[in-house]
Amino acid sequence: MRRSNIDFLFRMAWRDSRSSRRRLLLFSISISLGVAALISIGLFRASLAQAIDDQARSLLGADLVVESSRPFTPAQEEMLRSLGEAQAREVRFRTMALFPISGGTRLVSVRALGGNFPFYGKMETAPSSAAQTFRNGGEAVPEESLLFQFRSQAGDPMKIGDVTFKIAGALTKMPGEASPAASFAPRVYIPLQNLAQTNLLRPGSLARYLNFVKFAPGIDVASEVARLGPQIEKAGLEYDTVAKRKKDLGEALDNLYRFLNLVGFISLLLGAVGVASAIQAHLQQKMRTAAILRCLGAAGRTTVLVYLLQAMAMGLIGVLAGAVIGLVTHRLLPGTMQKFIPFQLPTAIAWTPVWGGMATGLAVCILFALPPLLRFRRVSPLLALRASVDETVASGWRDPTTWLVYFFIATGLAAFAISQAEAWVDGLFVAGGLAVAIGVLVGIARLLIFLVRKLLPQRWSFVFRQGLANLYRPNNRTLLLTLSLGLGTFLLLTTYLTRDVLLTQFRSIDANNQPNIFLFDIQPDQTRAVAELVRQQQLPVIQEAPIVTMRLIEVKGRKSSDLLKDPQRKAPEWELEREYRSTYRAELSETERMTAGKWVGHFDYNPGDTVPVSVEQEIAKDLGLTIGDTLVFDVQGMTIKARVASLREVDWKRFQTNFFMVFPTGVLEKAPTFNVLVSRVPTPAASARLQNAAVAKFPNVSALDLTSVIQTVDSILTKVALVIRIMSLFAVGTGLVVLGSTIWSGRYQRLKESVLLRTLGASRAQIWKILGAEYLFLGLLASATGIALALGASWALAVFTFKLGYTPSFLPIIAAGLIVTALTVAVGLLTSYGVGSAPPLAILREEE
Amino acid sequence: MNSFPILNVHALTKSYPTGAGPLTVLHDISFSLAQGATCSILGPSGSGKTTLLGLAAGLDLPTSGAVLLNGIALAEISEDERARVRNEHVGFVFQNFQLIPTLTALENVTVPMELRGDRSARTLALDLLQRVGLGERGDHYPAQLSGGEQQRVALARAFINRPKILFADEPTGNLDAETSQTVIEVMLELNRNAGTALVLVTHDPDVAHLTERTIRLRNGEMVE
Repeated sequence: MRRSNIDFLFRMAWRDSRSSRRRLLLFSISISLGVAALISIGLFRASLAQAIDDQARSLLGADLVVESSRPFTPAQEEMLRSLGEAQAREVRFRTMALFPISGGTRLVSVRALGGNFPFYGKMETAPSSAAQTFRNGGEAVPEESLLFQFRSQAGDPMKIGDVTFKIAGALTKMPGEASPAASFAPRVYIPLQNLAQTNLLRPGSLARYLNFVKFAPGIDVASEVARLGPQIEKAGLEYDTVAKRKKDLGEALDNLYRFLNLVGFISLLLGAVGVASAIQAHLQQKMRTAAILRCLGAAGRTTVLVYLLQAMAMGLIGVLAGAVIGLVTHRLLPGTMQKFIPFQLPTAIAWTPVWGGMATGLAVCILFALPPLLRFRRVSPLLALRASVDETVASGWRDPTTWLVYFFIATGLAAFAISQAEAWVDGLFVAGGLAVAIGVLVGIARLLIFLVRKLLPQRWSFVFRQGLANLYRPNNRTLLLTLSLGLGTFLLLTTYLTRDVLLTQFRSIDANNQPNIFLFDIQPDQTRAVAELVRQQQLPVIQEAPIVTMRLIEVKGRKSSDLLKDPQRKAPEWELEREYRSTYRAELSETERMTAGKWVGHFDYNPGDTVPVSVEQEIAKDLGLTIGDTLVFDVQGMTIKARVASLREVDWKRFQTNFFMVFPTGVLEKAPTFNVLVSRVPTPAASARLQNAAVAKFPNVSALDLTSVIQTVDSILTKVALVIRIMSLFAVGTGLVVLGSTIWSGRYQRLKESVLLRTLGASRAQIWKILGAEYLFLGLLASATGIALALGASWALAVFTFKLGYTPSFLPIIAAGLIVTALTVAVGLLTSYGVGSAPPLAILREEE
Repeated sequence: MNSFPILNVHALTKSYPTGAGPLTVLHDISFSLAQGATCSILGPSGSGKTTLLGLAAGLDLPTSGAVLLNGIALAEISEDERARVRNEHVGFVFQNFQLIPTLTALENVTVPMELRGDRSARTLALDLLQRVGLGERGDHYPAQLSGGEQQRVALARAFINRPKILFADEPTGNLDAETSQTVIEVMLELNRNAGTALVLVTHDPDVAHLTERTIRLRNGEMVE
């Protein structure tokens, strides 16, 4: 193309935009929120990666952590002494803490700390001096939330086991740990030298023994860990390193990132569809201009290029605005996310995600603008000659260029999804899923639109019929608007409903006369006395179970450590690494059902025998176990060989003691054991009475009641839901912007219609009512579509993912319907401002 | 002057498919027009005048028959090539002016030249606007001009590429008698000065009398 022709294209595009620049600007905002979502999420991810890199050492607080579930043996101690330059010790276990002033008790996670840990990062407390003073002995540093719960403050007493500590201050941050991880049992730091006096740790007690190591400066951590690793494993210990922690954290955050990005991408897609529809509306009004240009000798390509330039300019402005919003959101988002993240997020801006988001936004915008633009090539020049020529342009199904564009759109979307996924199959699956979801949404929206039209009573007043008829006007955007507003509603509501389903499940346990309190860490010699205490409080002893901790060291003849290194294995890491808390008994419990093999209730064990055990069927499937397969357990230093005698289905939803591995009686009786007792308390007061009495008499016994579980689950779900909701707001926001710009684009047509109606005698109030009815129907259609899909999705999540019964709560559904409809009506009427009151003569004259 | 006619219409028929079978709006029309000649197409509403003009100017394709414009068979070339033919040889004047509302009067006049990549059009456009009596109104938008003024801008635009033929579709249909008179005079004067052939669609016999030849249409057929 000659330079002069290119000049003409730019001049024409600029001149032609004169009358519609404000409208075009509004269109460009459609894409902005999607771009903003992508950019803010990208920036968030970049800050996380940056933070993980910068503060990697404080993820662990040390270069290396060596761990054991038993006290270190003299041989291990000797090996440990040879490691690194500086060392610190910690013993972690759960127990009950008593706050004597309020009389409250709560399950806490005690961290008995000795040495100068953390070596990297800082233990943050209020007052800051507490982080040091407690190490001198006699003082404790409980987590802030705990002090808040019991209205305690620095200086107050706090009893753990047999020792009453003085509270030195509140713990606000500790390297390597995010607060939700500790929510079940808030952390309390005590000095290691006071641990023995608490009299809490006995043989068989569940505790973790940690040894923190700091290497001498200048030592390469990776090679040092590689050198020491085999030595540590040989001594029967586990270890954790900064690199490993970084990887785990990165994986967990990547999943969150992927989900958020998907939501962001959906917002962008909605925006892009909005832009496409805006371009179409814009082109509709430029038909005559195009026809005149064609009469004057412009080629089809020339007219397309003129409007493509406008679309690109629109896209660019939208993308720039999106980048600004994205950067602002990035400033706000970390505040919300900080609670999930065990370190400070940097505020510096990484520009790669900004450019990436802008490029994606612009590409999506142009790709989606192309189909209507390509149709524009076929505008007939005859249109200039007479007004009666059909203004619609053939859809172009036979046009190979249009198909090529559709192909690029589909490929682009799939490529984006694949780039976000771990494996390309997953990406394709997501892209396919997205297509199905949008397809279902379109289907539901179409069905609703069809039904409303079909079932609309003819007796309705003119105002309502006219309002509804507006939704079916030629070139209407009803489907697009229903889709974008509906999708936002769907995302928002699904998070609400799913959270509700989970909480209802826990609450229903409480309501159904089922067990709701656990007493655990009961020593064998305390079993009877604790049961007696429970009965004295007029409470039932529903279940008692002995628990023996063990590790799985061999599966079907292969060592767990070898399996862990095998990339082909199907079993997740935790199943091979975890500490199994197994029980032994002669009968099945009421939450279990045999699915295969034969139940063996008793076995007379002699060292070297192969013990018949019962395995929970899901974990058996993961580990690839069938009846007759062999397992080897390390039961606290003793090796026991076992054979899968039966498989069991377990109802995990019941708040009871359930086990992956159940041994027959006659095998584990002599192993270090602790017991669990399950009861039901009728009221929170009864729960508090029982817990206080148990702590007073048996300081080592801990209690966990359902109420605190519900609170914890609720607080985690609320935080996660908040993040999802913020992202969903981008989708809803996009829907509202598309709504506003669509109404604006059809404004002239509406003005003409309203003038005509007023000429025929309609009052202003009637015009407003017609408009109000239109947006009311639109809001109802959109929210109904979103609600229908949200119900389906939350039902599927409940039934298939969480395996729970499904009873949706109506309040959020009604609230979602009302809010979305109200917003739609508000935005609709706002952008229609002036339509009902424009002077008819001005419009008629303008039309000339 | 070349010997072949600028416009040669041969056995032109145009039908549209309808639910009740094809509807023929033009039937077997043939005529030719010499270079620089003037001719009017006269007939009542619905007689097929505008359809004939559209076919003759290559804005639409006939069901059968042929149109040769400046010796080029319009049905045998692509739409983009027809657009080029229009740009190089044809000028248009419409009943409802068809100025591009977002362009000023001057910009509207320069569009055909700019489409060719010719940026020298401004002086010529100003000159043409001067000749139609709108020298001072070049910066005004169509909405700021009266009907007669808009039609004069359209005339200036039609003549800027020195077309060999000008198609005018009821150019005075939306104007009062006095303004109509001015517009017709301007058109004929430009025809005389530039040697542009003129095809004028009208339903006004008085206007038709001003051209050298009149083709009468009734129900899609020539009744000359």
